[in-house]
Amino acid sequence: MFRSLLIANRGEIARRIGTVARAMGLRTIAVYSDADAQAPFVKEADQAVRLGPPPPKDSYLNVEALIRAAKETRAEAVHPGYGFVSENAEFARACTEAGIVFVGPPPESMARMKDKAQARALAKGAGVPVVPGSDGVVADLGGASAAAERIGFPLLVKAAGGGGGIGMAVAGSQPELEKAFRACADRARSAFGRDAVYLERYFPAPRHIEVQILGDTQGNLLHVLERECSIQRRHQKVVEEAGSPLFLEGKNPALLRGMTEAALAAARAFGYANAGTVEFLISDGEFYFIEMNARLQVEHPVTELTTGVDLIGWQLRIASGERLTLKQEEIRRLGHALEFRIYAEDPVRFLPSPGPLNVFRPPEGEGIRVDAGYAEGGVVTPYYDPLLAKLIVSGKTREEAIRRSDDALQRFDIQGLKNNVPLHLRIVRDRAFQEGALDTHFLEHHARP
Amino acid sequence: MDVPAHITGTVWKVEVSVGQKVAAGDVLVILESMKMEMPIEAPEPGTVKEIRCQPSQPVNEGDVLVVLTP
Repeated sequence: MFRSLLIANRGEIARRIGTVARAMGLRTIAVYSDADAQAPFVKEADQAVRLGPPPPKDSYLNVEALIRAAKETRAEAVHPGYGFVSENAEFARACTEAGIVFVGPPPESMARMKDKAQARALAKGAGVPVVPGSDGVVADLGGASAAAERIGFPLLVKAAGGGGGIGMAVAGSQPELEKAFRACADRARSAFGRDAVYLERYFPAPRHIEVQILGDTQGNLLHVLERECSIQRRHQKVVEEAGSPLFLEGKNPALLRGMTEAALAAARAFGYANAGTVEFLISDGEFYFIEMNARLQVEHPVTELTTGVDLIGWQLRIASGERLTLKQEEIRRLGHALEFRIYAEDPVRFLPSPGPLNVFRPPEGEGIRVDAGYAEGGVVTPYYDPLLAKLIVSGKTREEAIRRSDDALQRFDIQGLKNNVPLHLRIVRDRAFQEGALDTHFLEHHARP
Repeated sequence: MDVPAHITGTVWKVEVSVGQKVAAGDVLVILESMKMEMPIEAPEPGTVKEIRCQPSQPVNEGDVLVVLTP
């Protein structure tokens, strides 16, 4: 095992990785922008290096500054967290060239997943059902129109280099397709530096369910069951849970088996090692591959809490060349866990709300875990995503986890900026949520004030 | 009339120029905050009299971005 780890991220995930790594005896090195100089993840690290000014391109996305920081501090490994450079194959290669271990999949595997059109073709080739679509990028509006005729409306226009809901638009007709195509290509160019887009069938009310994968560099691969992430706004997750209500009490066993087997097949096709996630849409009892994420997911704690598998710990051990000693048959779900993403945003219109955290008091109690990126007195800036903290609540059953969540949310005291705790309270009290009747448009019809 | 920013963030794009005629609902400026882009639209038709922001400039909620004349 390496002895030192640079964490190329910020906020709650940088803090969480640091905590796990220090418990394993590693020296941790934080990197930070000027906006985060006083953040908990910086203070708790053994060492901290300033990257630059607040904008991500000058700090957390600055590959040169990150590699320099790793060399200066003699870091033997780098954990990229999620977002920022976590799915950047160039960064992974730069680490390797500098003699630093990159905690993640091999760069060539990352490159295969990054281009979503290519990833789709690979998954399809491995026998994994994919959402009907354009099979590769469409070169121009003419190509898009032709593909749309074949797939049928409504459909989704997506940027091939995109993610997190950026560069996506729904089109219900040919005229709408023209508008969506231009908007998407434009956004893709400015955000990702290329304007390649592809098309996919749009399902009006699907569930979003994903399968956690863990593999080592010797070719051992297993899945750590599923997570349901259907509750989203603007294609970004808001509440996640493990397991999915669709499979509670042994329901739909064939669907779950099919999905987990498909996830393993996809991971093999990508030549995957380390922790990753295969995302699916479920509609009318069928599942369809969307993408594979070459990194730790934001929502990994619900898997950790219900299976006892320490995902970050395994990421570090696998990256250092250790063998995955877990066996598939040892992976069992015990209890239920919910994760609520506490965002600095208006709880009704979901508009960003940066500002000061005059009061920030997370709840404590049985079954409650809080992964927070900020502390009371901190300031939330507009430069990064709005995630303040993750409230993760577990219980013996889903009902118990929901009851505990209601109580924990009521006791979460945040003042100084708008936050979505009131939204989460409406969700846990919503009848459809309690019944597990979820789809990705849930928030458009439920939990309204 | 003054068109203000409705969120705190940075200016991503200015979509209009001085002297340009706009209809209600036309996008004047696109702001970016917390990894989200938010269009600022013309509340009513008019002509762009003044542009008080430029790309990558930080703005606060309530700051006037564009001035329109009817």
